[in-house]
Amino acid sequence: MNRRDFLKAALLSPLVFPLIGQQGWAYKSANEDFGAQKLIVVLLRGGIDGLNVVAPYGDNRYKQIRPTIGMSRASGLLDLDGYWGMHPSLAPLSPLWANHSLAFVHACGSPDKTRSHFDAQDYMESGVPGQKATSTGWMNRLVGQLPSKNSALQAISLGPVLPRIFAGPSAIATIEKSGNKGAGKGAKRMGRRLQNQPTNGDVPSVFTAMYGGRNDDMSKAFASGRSARNKVNAIMSEAAAQPPETMEAMTKEQIIANRGALTPKSTPEFGKQLATLFTKDPTVQVAFVDFGGWDTHVREGAEQGQLANLLQPLAGGLADLVRGLGPVYNNTTIVVMSEFGRTARENGNGGTDHGHGNAMWLMGGTVPGGKVYGRFGGLADNQLNEARDLPTSTDFRAVVSSIVSSRLGLSSKQMASVFPGYQFTGNPFIQG
Amino acid sequence: MKAYSLLSVITALSVATGWQFALVDSGARAAETSDRVAVGQDSQTAQIGHVLNRLTYGPRPGDFEKVRSLGVQRFIQAQLNPTSIAESPKVLAQLERSAAVRTVPSSELLQQFQMEKQARKAAKGKTGKGKVADGNLGNTSNISNPNNPNNPNNLNNFNGPRANNNLARRKGGAVIKEYGKRRGQVGTGMTNMRNEVESGVIETKIVRAVESPRQLNEMMADFWFNHFNISIAKGVDRVLIGPYEEQALRPYLMGNFREMLGATMHHPAMMFYLDNAQNTKAGYQAANPKNKKKGLNENYARELLELHTLGVDGGYSQKDVMELARVLTGWGLPTLRRNTGASGYWASFDEQRHDFGDKVILGQTFKGTGANEIEQVLDMLARHNSTAHHLSFKLAQYFVDDNPPPALVDKLATSYKQSGGNIKAVLNTLFASQEFWETKYQNNKFKSPFHYLVSSLRATGASIRQPKQLSAFLKIQGQPLYACLTPDGYKNTKEAWLNPDGLLKRMDFAVRLADSGSAADYQSVLGTVNGGKLSLQTKQAIDKAPPDQRVAALIGSPEFMNY
Repeated sequence: MNRRDFLKAALLSPLVFPLIGQQGWAYKSANEDFGAQKLIVVLLRGGIDGLNVVAPYGDNRYKQIRPTIGMSRASGLLDLDGYWGMHPSLAPLSPLWANHSLAFVHACGSPDKTRSHFDAQDYMESGVPGQKATSTGWMNRLVGQLPSKNSALQAISLGPVLPRIFAGPSAIATIEKSGNKGAGKGAKRMGRRLQNQPTNGDVPSVFTAMYGGRNDDMSKAFASGRSARNKVNAIMSEAAAQPPETMEAMTKEQIIANRGALTPKSTPEFGKQLATLFTKDPTVQVAFVDFGGWDTHVREGAEQGQLANLLQPLAGGLADLVRGLGPVYNNTTIVVMSEFGRTARENGNGGTDHGHGNAMWLMGGTVPGGKVYGRFGGLADNQLNEARDLPTSTDFRAVVSSIVSSRLGLSSKQMASVFPGYQFTGNPFIQG
Repeated sequence: MKAYSLLSVITALSVATGWQFALVDSGARAAETSDRVAVGQDSQTAQIGHVLNRLTYGPRPGDFEKVRSLGVQRFIQAQLNPTSIAESPKVLAQLERSAAVRTVPSSELLQQFQMEKQARKAAKGKTGKGKVADGNLGNTSNISNPNNPNNPNNLNNFNGPRANNNLARRKGGAVIKEYGKRRGQVGTGMTNMRNEVESGVIETKIVRAVESPRQLNEMMADFWFNHFNISIAKGVDRVLIGPYEEQALRPYLMGNFREMLGATMHHPAMMFYLDNAQNTKAGYQAANPKNKKKGLNENYARELLELHTLGVDGGYSQKDVMELARVLTGWGLPTLRRNTGASGYWASFDEQRHDFGDKVILGQTFKGTGANEIEQVLDMLARHNSTAHHLSFKLAQYFVDDNPPPALVDKLATSYKQSGGNIKAVLNTLFASQEFWETKYQNNKFKSPFHYLVSSLRATGASIRQPKQLSAFLKIQGQPLYACLTPDGYKNTKEAWLNPDGLLKRMDFAVRLADSGSAADYQSVLGTVNGGKLSLQTKQAIDKAPPDQRVAALIGSPEFMNY
């Protein structure tokens, strides 16, 4: 049975693949402490080329329609299962594939048809594709459903601005990506001057008096920011006392805003930073970080090149994160996603244009890994959406729902407020 | 030191307009006025506070009284006619200092950029002090006449003959080297060309926003830059970004939208930023096999429809995007014309790479005639109802509310259509609308980091001595100047900018600003914060604070976060 027939069989007779529990995630018992479970979401802004992250090199069409950017085993592509291959820059993650805690869901994404970066990111962050009026983000709504830990650090956003995915009423701590020490220093100096006391980095009391107790969004932001700052200061000074590599400063902070998102090149320390926060403060439960620079219309490269140069620090950072988490990794799920995939064919400029379905990455101690999931029909024109890009055969909300319900213990009623209007029924973990 | 002392010099110049924004003098006088402000919150006071909040980057001490004596309507009209207001000498000096990075022809900057790159490569192997180009500095005093808003070139006639003036003979790098010297950084040389350009354009933007009495003009410059965003972080746009703003946007800020649309389309910086420089008809075979330009690149075509004109819901399809991409094939970067020595400011058109077939966009057929096709398409797009609505929404959001009232958006769209896309006419309608003046929309917009920064400098009268520190503040706030990588530009909504850590960092900044030796006194700064009107809670907190913390407290107050 070749891959195409295999897929057909799967589609025609779902009984061949009995669903594994309603959530499709239940490889491990769900009978455990949901409060100890962690979720980390990484968003790659710009639409990463999933077909060159997890490449169907077993399909002859792959090299035909990607003559210059297509990769091959001979030049370094990492084989996954004889059909799929992983970009060589993802080598730091190979051990996770080997120990079955890394999986991919291919041809996955938002069901909305848009090829606009901004709409597609918006929908992936609001969690309600097609409805622009959604003012909150799904991760904020998720935090609202989790049992409160009375901690300003229960949900963390890494980066200077609060992303759309975290917009909403629940308090989110925004923490700068690692290494930006200048701001902290300034704050301490200011604190000293205003309070005339040895610095602890706390906010000057005149502002506490101004912002405290007002029932508005600025006051809430203030309270949450102050509490988070004090906690992070405490964690980081403790970490500094033990001199591990987690306190390494980013040497050169070349800020490139991609909706506020830096490229992974400029913040390679994010993995260590996240690991420190998660391991030093057990109340940290949910985190989000984004990276820009994936919009490779021109000179994308193959095993080497532009995409490779971005994947390298990303994979390195993720490997650092997993290493740094240590035993906490067993209770953690890491999701890497992007607003859409890119065209199956390379364009005339050695790049790819906006497409649809993409590869979603999953890592974690309970991820049923070592497999590429998703319904994938190959690269023939009649299998592609508009003969152009991968159809979105798995809704990203199916994957997220599966994780959130089985790992974080949300009921289907609670899931309905995370993804309103979305009926989670299907099992995303079908191998194509 | 107060920043204003120089400004009073030009008071006489601005008499003609009746608008004397530049007359700012002593803290004593401002203190006297702000007391009155704090007492009387009559409707006129509220109106003055509102126009100062919305048509400027925040009042300076004493501005309140000036608008009161000038009259709100005359103030608005003066702001809508920026050339009627004398420019600040500080701005003029900065424009002269930075002329090189804003006015050099694109072709020369591109050439220089390449030479520099090659020189760096070559120097890697050797000890590396290879001279890249001769330092033919010449007399740069005629580079620009910054009084002329249409400077640098009056070359906006991009369909006509290309530039050929004194400037064209000068090598871009040499001019930029000269810029380094003028900034007192002798010896930076060409290898730092990119850094020079970057700090030049960033400094200029901050100085203009803080110091220019043509405040509405500066706010519109920011608005349109974000609308037609390009990023300093992308390749050659690092050196083209200054000229882009100067040549493609600033001449049209309150002019005709179609002209600005055309100028951005014809600017090499845009061609490069959205990859149209690569956009080539299908099946093209270049004579040079190394040439990688093969096939359509739809990036610019898509954003031209989605962001610049119709809007994402403007009613176009993927097919329309592809057809427009075909219209745009062949448009790319200019090259220095070796034979004549003439240099190019604007994008060039390569017939060889153009698709001469007919195209159908939004149901309308465009004959494949070459360079003129895009002009017809831009005409259609600029006239389109969706464009009128899209631009009107964005302007109403910028000037009125994050969720602008639909009736106002409709009003503006009508004004846009009736005036043939005249931006000043739309703004006139906006400032005259009942919605603009509604109480619920006053002091309800949350400042972007840039707005917050500039308004705090204006409120305290701080002089700009360390622009690098200011630009660093914007980086940690998530709004590095000219570095928004995505073509949708920076937003101006609360949702985009209010977050816990960012808010706290504004307070950190407020403390540092008050600590930086500026002699701003509490009473004069108070007059600039929401017309002197503080909530009881804010007032009580400040009253309890030691006197030397009060200015910082004001700049970090909830009232000052809004405008």
